[in-house]
Amino acid sequence: MQARFRRLAEKERRAVVLTVDGEAVRALEGDVLLTALMLSRGFARMSEFGDGPRAGFCMMGACQDCWVWTGAGERLRACSTSVAEGMDIRTHVPEGIWPIPA
Amino acid sequence: MADPRVIVVGAGPAGIRAAAALVEAGLVPTVIDEASRSGGQIYRRQPENFTRSYEQLYGTEARKARALHTCFDALRHRIDYRPETLAWAVKDGRLHVQSGMTAEALPYDALVLAPGATDRMMPIPGWTRPGCYSLGASQIALKAQACAIGEKVVFMGTGPLLYLVACQYMKAGNAPVAVLDTTPFHRQLRGLALMAARPGQLVKGARLIAALRAGGVRVVRGITPREVTGGEAGVTGVRYADAAGRTFHVECTAVGIGFHLRAESQLADLAGCVFAFDPAVRQWLPAIDAMGRSSVANVYLAGDGVRVLGADGAETSGKLAAQAVLADLGRPQPEDRTRRLLRDMERHVRFARGVARAFPWPHDKVAAIPDETLVCRCEAITAGELRAAVTALEAPEVNRAKAFSRVGMGRCQGRFCGLASQEIVAAACRLPVEKAGRLRGQAPVKPLPIAVTDGGSHA
Ligand SMILES: Cc1cc2nc3c(=O)[nH]c(=O)nc-3n(C[C@H](O)[C@H](O)[C@H](O)COP(=O)(O)OP(=O)(O)OC[C@H]3O[C@@H](n4cnc5c(N)ncnc54)[C@H](O)[C@@H]3O)c2cc1C
Ligand code: FES
Repeated sequence: MQARFRRLAEKERRAVVLTVDGEAVRALEGDVLLTALMLSRGFARMSEFGDGPRAGFCMMGACQDCWVWTGAGERLRACSTSVAEGMDIRTHVPEGIWPIPA
Repeated sequence: MADPRVIVVGAGPAGIRAAAALVEAGLVPTVIDEASRSGGQIYRRQPENFTRSYEQLYGTEARKARALHTCFDALRHRIDYRPETLAWAVKDGRLHVQSGMTAEALPYDALVLAPGATDRMMPIPGWTRPGCYSLGASQIALKAQACAIGEKVVFMGTGPLLYLVACQYMKAGNAPVAVLDTTPFHRQLRGLALMAARPGQLVKGARLIAALRAGGVRVVRGITPREVTGGEAGVTGVRYADAAGRTFHVECTAVGIGFHLRAESQLADLAGCVFAFDPAVRQWLPAIDAMGRSSVANVYLAGDGVRVLGADGAETSGKLAAQAVLADLGRPQPEDRTRRLLRDMERHVRFARGVARAFPWPHDKVAAIPDETLVCRCEAITAGELRAAVTALEAPEVNRAKAFSRVGMGRCQGRFCGLASQEIVAAACRLPVEKAGRLRGQAPVKPLPIAVTDGGSHA
């Protein structure tokens, strides 16, 4: 996977480190999770239907195509959740957590 | 008598102006918005630790953005403002809201719905690939995150946002590779007479296209989208056919697509408002009077959530809706002010009709998308499956086709597939689109967190 977004301005913000599927990802305070994901791995989640990775679509909380999970199993919308230090983000439903229907 | 309880949903231009007029009349409205900061779409605020100026963020609209933000900031302590709160249903005269893990059902004497719009979408093979976003998303990435959706971007679709976002990317130092418009140039001229109702806006639009050309951006009109190409890793290009049917491929790392806008009318639907088919935009929209009164006595509709008029029209319609609320609560408003607002509104409606004519929804291209195209992103349902559902099962009606094929039942609630599936169903059944039924809004209008508890209603 590859970075897809490109930062154009506002680069002088405080750094925040989170983990995505166990790997450290550096972001900046004020980034939403989707931005952090698209600047590092280039996708947000795997489609449940086997048609590959998805990376959100609307960035405004309408399409629900950017769902990610926390290690504790909480479901988050990556486009409308700000990054925070130490967040533990999973691009798959964590094992042992019952899949949550829409 | 206790003060009437007025709730406004949406803190964009329409909702803010409605709330301000209510406060001016001595009321304390509740203002609900899902977002953490006020402003709505066009005047969306950047996170607090960002430092770009109003001019950098909003360009020619900087003055209006500042005016609207100042207006809301002055209201904040005179209203019951609830950010990060989703209005998810209207039932039995109560608005159901959720914030964090708490849900409440709020009673109201008047409800003003101003939830805005989302991009209108034509499904295109490959549009689920990482790197393909809506035009709205492309703009939000820039405004709210100071990011481009990719280094080499193609913008494709039609509508004013297509050229606006392309120009905003160019100004931000990330000029797009190409702008591909489904509307042929001669069609665009057709809206001119109506758009002359707002000459300033018309000139701004013409300048955008000239600026793109001057910046060396390729602008092609009259195209048909064929595919967002790429693989597992995401977008690598766009394939399209020109007006003569010749196919081209443009390499890029990201695509922004959009076909003007659609109103977020689900809450109005749940409130029981009567809808009517508007042939100019080929959409079912809630019926309103000139002031914004819906068919339901105490429900008022304003802004792009009832019909897409753009930001200035949203402000005017918000003010009008507040006037209607106040008049119906027995607090009539100065007539000359209402008359002025109504006159203003007429111009916005004319202009919007011109825009609809100049940038039409390419419904024939939508109806003809190949069978293998994923129409529903949420449930991965193809155009072919939808066609099979309506023809084999004799279900010439969108709601029934939806039940058979699950299109529109996914977690986006049909926001991104609903209008396209109406066209596909209508064409498959050889019916005019207004006879093919209408996707109904369902509660919750957006998925709720699983553990929401009922915080009770404060009566
Ligand atoms: C992504 C996008 C970008 C746009 N950019 C431009 C532009 O650059 N220039 C232009 O002229 N027009 C633009 N438009 C058109 C734009 O919709 C209008 O110009 C203007 O913002 C409409 O104002 P409004 O108040 O009706 O709605 P909005 O400004 O969209 O405000 C609606 C508000 O309601 C809230 N809301 C919606 N549903 C709910 C709910 N269920 N519960 C709680 N809150 C809710 C939203 O969070 C939002 O803050 C854009 C539209 C979109 C969708
Ligand atoms: S990208 Fe659409 S909901 Fe997050």
